Amino acid sequence: MASLSDPQRDTFRLSQLINDSRYRSLTIQTVAMILLVLLFSWLVSNTVQNLQALGKDFDFGFLGEPAGYDINQRLIEYNSQATHGRAALVGILNTILVAVLGCALATVLGIIAGVLRLSNNWLVAKLMAVYVEAFRNVPLLLWIIAIFAVMAESMPQPRAFREGGGAEMILFDSVAVTNRGVYIPTPVWGDGSTVLVIVFLASLVGIWAFRRYARKRQEATGDILPVFWVGLGLFFVPSVLAYFVMGRPVTLDYPELGGFNFTGGLHLRNSLIALWLALSLYTGAFIAEIVRAGILAVSKGQTEAAFALGLRPGRTMNLVILPQAMRVIVPPLISQYLNLTKNSSLAIAVGYMDVRSTLGGITINQTGRELEGMLLLGAFYLATSLVIAAVMNVYNNSIKLKER
Amino acid sequence: MKKSVILGALTIAGLSAGVAGAATLDDVKTRGTLICGVNTGLTGFAAPDANGVWAGFDVDMCRAVAVAVLGDATAVEFVPLTGQTRFTALASGQIDMLSRNTTWTFSRDVDLKFEFVGVNYYDGQGFIAPKALGVSSAKELDGATICIQTGTTTELNLADFFRVNNMSYEPVPIETNAEALQQYNAGACDAYTTDASGLAASRATFETPSDHVILPEIISKEPLGPLVRHGDSEWGDVVRWSLNAMIAAEEYGVTSANVAELAKGTDNPEINRLLGTEGNLGEMLGLDADWAERIIATVGNYSESFERNVGENTPIGLARGLNAQWTEGGLLYAPPFR
Repeated sequence: MASLSDPQRDTFRLSQLINDSRYRSLTIQTVAMILLVLLFSWLVSNTVQNLQALGKDFDFGFLGEPAGYDINQRLIEYNSQATHGRAALVGILNTILVAVLGCALATVLGIIAGVLRLSNNWLVAKLMAVYVEAFRNVPLLLWIIAIFAVMAESMPQPRAFREGGGAEMILFDSVAVTNRGVYIPTPVWGDGSTVLVIVFLASLVGIWAFRRYARKRQEATGDILPVFWVGLGLFFVPSVLAYFVMGRPVTLDYPELGGFNFTGGLHLRNSLIALWLALSLYTGAFIAEIVRAGILAVSKGQTEAAFALGLRPGRTMNLVILPQAMRVIVPPLISQYLNLTKNSSLAIAVGYMDVRSTLGGITINQTGRELEGMLLLGAFYLATSLVIAAVMNVYNNSIKLKER
Repeated sequence: MKKSVILGALTIAGLSAGVAGAATLDDVKTRGTLICGVNTGLTGFAAPDANGVWAGFDVDMCRAVAVAVLGDATAVEFVPLTGQTRFTALASGQIDMLSRNTTWTFSRDVDLKFEFVGVNYYDGQGFIAPKALGVSSAKELDGATICIQTGTTTELNLADFFRVNNMSYEPVPIETNAEALQQYNAGACDAYTTDASGLAASRATFETPSDHVILPEIISKEPLGPLVRHGDSEWGDVVRWSLNAMIAAEEYGVTSANVAELAKGTDNPEINRLLGTEGNLGEMLGLDADWAERIIATVGNYSESFERNVGENTPIGLARGLNAQWTEGGLLYAPPFR
């Protein structure tokens, strides 16, 4: 019977920390960590020292003091007597507004351009190639300023809309395009409009339920229901019926020329339009390339197999190609959304009052709190980006390849 | 995540690491050039001429300090700054002094930790509007769209003016004077507001200046002057007395034409002390004896600089007004050179 004993344990020697591969990585990591901590503490102490040299303290109290300046585009109540914190909030909402609008339009533009660039029609494909290359390869700032300049220089002044001024409102006198922005009608919610909203929300739920039912039924029996037409009907018919039943509770407030400017209606300022369009067109060009790459990533064999099974081209795209392409498209799409949101900080170039212009611009300038302001600004963009990434990751998980 | 924290901290450290030591005067002498923050372009005050050489009333202030300290009026590096970037540039030590139509206010002096060394132009905020608009008073601007440079005192005054008068307006915030003028000329705003001197300077660059009217209301006090960082009084003194030398020289009748003659000695002890033939004022400042003589010989006295850049014989055509000597009913009053 052979006796088995543990191999004798080596006594630990200090040189093993470097020479022994079991410990080496640990040593390197420890040293790197110490260096990192040293670097970080040096940075902090350097900052503290320089703040002291300047005679400045580190204090966020300025956020509670009156701002003193006005902001043109306000999504919440604000006047010049409100606090710097409130001004920052107005800016944050403006940033979010342009980011949401931008992401939506960029996605639409990107998908259209991406799909059309693969079109067999030579002219359409080349036109889309020109769009993509032109916007992808010219700095965003130039596009923002260019669109802003075109709006300001080539559109008529509000004065020109007076009698004999040569300019006219479009779309049945409801929309005025001026060099100060676009004035559009805004809905006024009268008595009973709550019912209308509820009906509309209910019809949305109805559409969702019907689609679910249709899918179940198709999977069970193979029958295909006209989902699109029923959905379209559900979207409009109940709301329109409720609108008349409730006695037209929603009316439109049309812009009218009064004094120096148009009054009433909704004023989409030049700065918003320029920033929104430029961000969308620029990011849309990148998304177009992502969409094209995603579609091309699905092998041609899939299309041929679908055709062989008798699927028509539309269904092939919807049922076979796109679900697979989405898996390639969505992850880079997330970073385009992040880019767009962060690029919106170029707003100051056209005087759009986003958070960079209010908190990071005027407030810092009036209070001299550069460090605090920039830290807050950085924290805001970081938080926003993480939220967008988290939401998009949920979506990505829902469409990614499910292994059964 | 860890990486982004470090990068962020690095940026902050980078911003603050540029803070120079207290002895700006020594730094300037060692470097051989003065770094001066000026406007990004305001005709008459600070703008590059056809040859790319900076000229203007505020630029003269930089040149005066340069010639006093370094003996060379061209040894100036001009850093064009917007209303928003100017204070950070000065606080971080990127520039030695700021001479950029900057209003002396309590909070800038006390809270932002700057030292205003004096006033080189007494100004006030006004409005300009096209004649075609038919407006004759700022009180008629209710509901108007108004272009404004962000990060300025004018932005705050405008908010106060409209609030106090119970009027509404639509601000169009713009970064620089040039962009604001572009918007104004395109009619994207009804009126443009800034310091009255700036309005006059801007109007001079218009195609037909007579089509535009500067409204009579002056809604604020805007004492404009050069400023330096808090905590370096020696350097502050150099800039302060360079300005005072120009003002005093006008008062005593010393001009660039007669300064060489007067520097040989006069029977006016004030002039003698100013020009360094009597006493040792230059030495006290850490400069040589004929520092003021050099300023007056190259840049001229206050009046010469004023008339050359913004005076009534220039397209800008500003009258002396408040900026006349105290002996002539103005506010310019240099403390005695003693």
